[in-house]
Amino acid sequence: MRAFIQFFVLFGLWLLLTWSLQPADLIAGAVVSVIVVALMGNMFIQRATNILNPVRIFWMLFYIPYLLWYILWANIDVAYRVINPSMPIRPGIVRFKTGLKTDMGKTFLANSITLTPGTLTVDIVGDEFFVHWINVKFDGDPKKQGEEIAGKFERIIRRIFE
Amino acid sequence: MSETIAYIMMTVGVLFDLLGCVGLVRLPDVYNRLQAATKCVTLGTCMILLGVFVLTGFTAMGIKALICMFFILITNPTSAHALARGSHKAGVPLWPGSVIDEYQEIQEKKS
Repeated sequence: MRAFIQFFVLFGLWLLLTWSLQPADLIAGAVVSVIVVALMGNMFIQRATNILNPVRIFWMLFYIPYLLWYILWANIDVAYRVINPSMPIRPGIVRFKTGLKTDMGKTFLANSITLTPGTLTVDIVGDEFFVHWINVKFDGDPKKQGEEIAGKFERIIRRIFE
Repeated sequence: MSETIAYIMMTVGVLFDLLGCVGLVRLPDVYNRLQAATKCVTLGTCMILLGVFVLTGFTAMGIKALICMFFILITNPTSAHALARGSHKAGVPLWPGSVIDEYQEIQEKKS
């Protein structure tokens, strides 16, 4: 089942990239997809059948515009700090714990944090995130910091990947 | 009409890329510079690619632009994360004006 899903993901990507329905292209794509699945099947995400779950797909579709909105804000925020002559930055690396368990969830959370206003994930150790924050708030209170940085994404990512 | 929208999007994208470059020059240390580099360049480049998509529509080129956008959204934060982690492990100091560095404490405890 997992190999099938991987095959269709790869084949779909091939179709989008070549954007042609010539028999030669289709056969070449299918053959290459089969070879890749055979060689690297174990590198694909572990619980691949989750992709087919409609609830997860719904939350994923909700999550993308939500994330894009915050990316837009992030850019305006950074642009403001860069242009402002006095450069209002107060950087530091803070830590907080996350409730997410799966690797996929953690990866998505880390990438989302990096793309949103003023924060950049430096490392993940177990369930602790280390985040470089351009404007540190709530000194020494990991719970509040975690809520401020990751809370809004964590709630949705849990519904998609956990 | 769609041509105008496409050119506006590309212009905004280039502007954000430019702001990212200004950030690279102005901000004080590696980590702050990475912030400017990832955020502004991600959105800037995505806007340019989206402009290409609006301009060309559902053709081979437009679809490739969309796929590039998707990959930039995934790889850009990942590479920034790798650079930040590598710099910290290699001992690149934070800007002296930084208020807190809790990652350093963990590193010292390990060694």
